[in-house]
Amino acid sequence: MNATPNAVELAPGTHWIGALDPALREFDIILKTANGTTYNSYCVRGDNGVAIIDTVKASHAGEFFTRLEQVARYDEISTIVLNHLEPDHSGALPELMRRAPQAKLYISAKAQLMLKALVKTDDLQFNVVETGDRVELGGRTLHFFSTPFLHWPDTQCTLVEEQGILFSGDVFGCHFCDPRLFNDKVGDFRFSFEYYYQHIMRPFREHVLEALELLEPLELKTIAPAHGPILRDAPQSYLQRYKQLAAPLLHNEVGANDKSLLVFYISSYGNTALMAQAVAEGAETEAGVRVSLYDLQASGGLPFVDLIEEADGIAIGSPTINGDAVKPVWDLLSSLAVIKVRDKLGASFGSYGWSGEAINMIEDRLRGLKLRVPVKGVRAKLIPNEEEMQRCRDLGKQLAQHLTGNLQRRVISMSELLSQEQSHA
Amino acid sequence: MPKANVTFEKLGVTVSVPAGTRLIEISEKVGASITYGCREGECGTCIMKIVSGMEHMSERSVLEDKVLQENMAGSSHRLACQAQVLGGDITVKA
Repeated sequence: MNATPNAVELAPGTHWIGALDPALREFDIILKTANGTTYNSYCVRGDNGVAIIDTVKASHAGEFFTRLEQVARYDEISTIVLNHLEPDHSGALPELMRRAPQAKLYISAKAQLMLKALVKTDDLQFNVVETGDRVELGGRTLHFFSTPFLHWPDTQCTLVEEQGILFSGDVFGCHFCDPRLFNDKVGDFRFSFEYYYQHIMRPFREHVLEALELLEPLELKTIAPAHGPILRDAPQSYLQRYKQLAAPLLHNEVGANDKSLLVFYISSYGNTALMAQAVAEGAETEAGVRVSLYDLQASGGLPFVDLIEEADGIAIGSPTINGDAVKPVWDLLSSLAVIKVRDKLGASFGSYGWSGEAINMIEDRLRGLKLRVPVKGVRAKLIPNEEEMQRCRDLGKQLAQHLTGNLQRRVISMSELLSQEQSHA
Repeated sequence: MPKANVTFEKLGVTVSVPAGTRLIEISEKVGASITYGCREGECGTCIMKIVSGMEHMSERSVLEDKVLQENMAGSSHRLACQAQVLGGDITVKA
């Protein structure tokens, strides 16, 4: 099929005009693409105009324009919709706008700044749309749905009302390249569909659920995403699968009103392990908090991500070795990009031999991940003494009180804050 | 010296500070979950919501105003690295 790039009809007057990238093995550095990907764009013909929905990566523009030219002339194009502005969907936009200067561009409100950063012209004209806005093409109506953070702030979906075709952008997409295009014809892409959700949509699962509320009532005949197979067979089942994937993994493991605090540690000589035990003991004295203790030495990193996704707080203990926290700790912290951790509670502690930088470094990283770090971490030189063990218990207790809301509101002066900082350093 | 009381709502901490202190100086020390980028009022990373007491904050500079507008922040938002507290009681969502 690739020898002559053909446009492929989805429904009367509506065509796929995207590009295939079968040789791609890694997408955006972070995703493996074992059989490549597709950049899907679409052409919708109405009685009074033609709309182009999304474009392709700049390197594949030739293929896109070849397919486009089979189904429309450039002077017929009245409308360009960008559901998402990442370069793999907007790469051919500047050239398309040059070839079809009369076309009006429709984007979401949050796409405006990204558009200006991608198309470097001062007199850029565009129309901002939100849920409920429509564009009439004559017998074909484009209906916009604002679905932000799936997976960028700008993302939206566009429905052809008369045909029940939802151009969904990245949501419901996957990196899977098969020229047969339709989900009832391509090879087994279930793994790719789930893998894409887990790596791209998972941090935004609250937004996924919001979007599903918006999309579920629609009578969809086809979901046409921006990557991977076009879902014309049982499209609703993909909405249901997203709903399952976005639901919490660990139902009722912790009582409905209980809070979960995870204490992770790794220890060279058992000192940080002792401190972890004390943090956990302190936290357990607070009713309504379930505390779990894990040794990172026994982890491959990944299973803990699921636990952290469901937890309310994490405390991380690390020794300081050569001025740094140890690799299993950074491995854990660098694996959290696929989940939402914002506003969870974070804390750090650990034993050290010389200088003890790890605690501050972990705290900085936790703040960088947008966790709250309200309680200063505890450091102990080599074997923790009883006073240091008590500070660990106090740390655990205070973390637990932060989780339950039982902590008395503190009033502190700036000078006290500064002196705390100095005594900690 | 005039004082201001800045309450970090999510942390449950109120910090008493000298008038003129920038929000970033306080939020960093207290461990609020704010991310900082350039610290020079250009990148918009440290946008924070002022729950109450905006009248006790310094006026927005032209630069801060531009960055907030570009990030489509509402009138209750400020850049932590730019906004100074001038007195009274201020509550921020962090």
